Amino acid sequence: MKRFNKTFLTFLIALLPILSWAQIDGEFIKPQGGKFLLKNATVHTITKGVMANTSILIEDGKIAKMGSNLTADGAEEIDCSGLVIYPGMIDSGTTLGLVEVNSVPETVDYQEIGNVTPNMQALTAVNPNSEAIPVTRVSGVTTTLAVPQGGLFSGTAALINLVGYTPDQMFAGFKGVVMNFPSSARRGRWDRRSDDDIKKDNEKALKDANELWEKAISYNELISKGAELEYYPEIAQLAKVVSGELALIIEVNAASDIQNAIKWTEGKNARFIFSGVKEGWRVADEIAKSKIPVITGPVQDLPSRESDRYDAAYSNAGKMAKAGVKVALRTNESENVRNLPFHAAFAAAYGMGKEEAWKAVTINPAEIFGLQDQLGSIEEGKIANLIVATDDPFETRAQIMHVFINGFRIPLSNRHIRLYQEFLDRSPGLKTN
Amino acid sequence: MKMNTKYIFIALLLSLSLNFSWAQAPKGSVLIKNGTVLTVTNGTLENTDVLVENGIIKQIGQNLSAPSGVMTVDATGKYVMPGIIDAHSHIALDVVNEATSPIVAEVRMKDVVNPYEIGIYRALAGGVTISHAMHGSANVVGGQNATLKHRWGMNNPTDIIMQDAPRTIKFALGENPTRVHGRGNGQQPRTRMGVEAILRNGFNEAIQYKKAWADYNQAKSQKGNTAVAPEYNERLQTLADILDGKIIIHCHSYRADEIYMLINVARDFGIKKLVFQHTNEGFKVAPEIAEYTMGASVFADWWAYKFEVYYSTAFNAAILHQNGAITSINSDSAELIRHLYHEAAKTQRYGGLTDDEALAMITINPAKQLGIEDKVGSLEEGKQGDVVIFEGHPLSSYAIPQMTFVDGIKYFDIKEDSDDQRQRISPTETVEPILLSEENHRCMQDTEHLFETASALFQMNQ
Repeated sequence: MKRFNKTFLTFLIALLPILSWAQIDGEFIKPQGGKFLLKNATVHTITKGVMANTSILIEDGKIAKMGSNLTADGAEEIDCSGLVIYPGMIDSGTTLGLVEVNSVPETVDYQEIGNVTPNMQALTAVNPNSEAIPVTRVSGVTTTLAVPQGGLFSGTAALINLVGYTPDQMFAGFKGVVMNFPSSARRGRWDRRSDDDIKKDNEKALKDANELWEKAISYNELISKGAELEYYPEIAQLAKVVSGELALIIEVNAASDIQNAIKWTEGKNARFIFSGVKEGWRVADEIAKSKIPVITGPVQDLPSRESDRYDAAYSNAGKMAKAGVKVALRTNESENVRNLPFHAAFAAAYGMGKEEAWKAVTINPAEIFGLQDQLGSIEEGKIANLIVATDDPFETRAQIMHVFINGFRIPLSNRHIRLYQEFLDRSPGLKTN
Repeated sequence: MKMNTKYIFIALLLSLSLNFSWAQAPKGSVLIKNGTVLTVTNGTLENTDVLVENGIIKQIGQNLSAPSGVMTVDATGKYVMPGIIDAHSHIALDVVNEATSPIVAEVRMKDVVNPYEIGIYRALAGGVTISHAMHGSANVVGGQNATLKHRWGMNNPTDIIMQDAPRTIKFALGENPTRVHGRGNGQQPRTRMGVEAILRNGFNEAIQYKKAWADYNQAKSQKGNTAVAPEYNERLQTLADILDGKIIIHCHSYRADEIYMLINVARDFGIKKLVFQHTNEGFKVAPEIAEYTMGASVFADWWAYKFEVYYSTAFNAAILHQNGAITSINSDSAELIRHLYHEAAKTQRYGGLTDDEALAMITINPAKQLGIEDKVGSLEEGKQGDVVIFEGHPLSSYAIPQMTFVDGIKYFDIKEDSDDQRQRISPTETVEPILLSEENHRCMQDTEHLFETASALFQMNQ
């Protein structure tokens, strides 16, 4: 009897997590590895058109095979008939994982003290267990750029896949140093500096940047000639930009600043990426001519000037794309990176078109980050970052049915969903009996 | 000659005062033909016309013809819905917070309405015809709010105030009032205990104030009385008006415990007109909110920007609605107000609400919470002619508002949107300022002096 009780108790305890945290689909609570066959979906490859009635075999974290007559061969079969499959979306500028609660400084890890801190590693501060990560990935965003903020050289951004328990497991293969180009715009209404002061600040910042750049060149030259130099982590990191090992992500927004930033990059030998680019539409042709790719957003944003048309931010990405700029989108969000598909929808509606908007959250960022052979489209051999949905995932009415990241099947649960399950029909309800 | 000047002066004064008293918001007429009409309260009507005459919806039906001189708009293939109502906004206000005391019930937002703010036009471009211009959240009892009609182009602030809307007042619980007063000013409340005490003390004082006036009025009616009137106090009078059901409370709140506290306070004082704002943890006390209040006005998906919203869920609106609480979705932001139709649509991703349920969250439900549901909030004959025409269903992420009418007058037309829509250009700024992080969230604006650093302020504004 006693023994039975013990067994029964063990059984109950084992069942408890499932009972109390049952998923929407009631299946599992942690990412599942293995071999999966997604059967008979409409596959939007992004790079190779739309394929009807197509199955995808996922093996070893990769898209192993695609076709109409694939056999399971031991893979777990998932019926996807009537559903659509897209590549996982990439948000090219976030603080996801670098902050838990923005108003609680103890949880804010995206901004270090100092003006020149390119050696600060965002990847180090990514919390793989942030509550916001499962909240984000059920929306179909599978990959984000974690971007440090503030100062002239903020730190080093890192691309992460939203699965894994250590930053290294999450790392998706791209790092770039972040520079805030001296800005002629005010930071906000509380920024009471005079126009002259702003100009002086900018001239000094640009002078600093140029001096640092020269130092980085010298450092790089000496190192490549085998010199042993004193420990100088900031310049050592910038030297990696100068050598081409790391990209330089330049945050720049006002039209005149963008023009100055283009000039600043001329004659410099490095991989440049512009980020923000809020007034890009004013100088879109010049950006296109410079061939510098752009990460822009948020799309759902106010115009930068009162006189601007109300949809200036909605239409910015589309205007730049039309001018020939390679555009990727970002939310610049932390807890609401999940809205990336909706930012993309607004860009699509206000001139970019759906096809280009999809590229801006998939293959374009993959190319900008130099990972086009691994991410950003559904092709054999690429990493299995996939989403399965009932409908166009940019639409709020669509439900995301399955998410795969790095080949792992992701549980479609998070705190928001668990709270829904607990409180939709609360017990006890209004009365205690 | 001297006499003449005087007469002219008096005549001018007279005409001026007459102009002011006659100043009336303009009303228009329009026939919108062949649209898919989303009435919200009476289902969806295909190929249907909406006729607005003199600012009022005269008829909804098929094959209506325009009375002579009335403009006709072809809405074939387009969607026609009621003007969107934002139950929580700070646009068109010169200041937001009077942060000097935990109770500032005497303050009125209608005194600081700015009809020139570009935010009004941008809201119209998102189909929003009415916004609830609220006092900030620095005080337990904040100022009295103003319900605005977005009549873009009016010069007189009076003309954008919805004069037939009932009075509402801002309350605030939790982190904001305790931070401003407890930490910023070093006075109560510093805790959620203090917030309750401020409320109970205030209402009890208002009861005494009411009694003093009642006693005086009774004594006054006696013959040969020598009673002296109590000193008039606008603050206490306003609290007394709340107790008398003349004012709807709109309370900034996040945590379930503080929401429950205010429900108890309201029940103890017999207050029935109570709406919760933000209400991120409203879902935890949804049955209580449904039973005892006029519901909750919430964000579609904001969370984790401060600690008291860390344990929230994007399913909040759906849970509240399914539990029977009147639920609306608001913006509290000059940016978000421009796509409330999209915010409402998120209740389909998070909770699977129907089209009508989702649309009600930005039309008839906020109208109920503002006490104007008999005038606006749905397309029904006899209601005010606030109408939006959309390209694409408004709950689609690709929807684009095309035209927005207030009282039958068109204030936004995407085809007539010019490169510069400003009504007033600053004479002091020769170069237009570029603002990269526009102040979207102004709930704590005008409390800057209480905090040391810009970053603290930024975080607080979130």
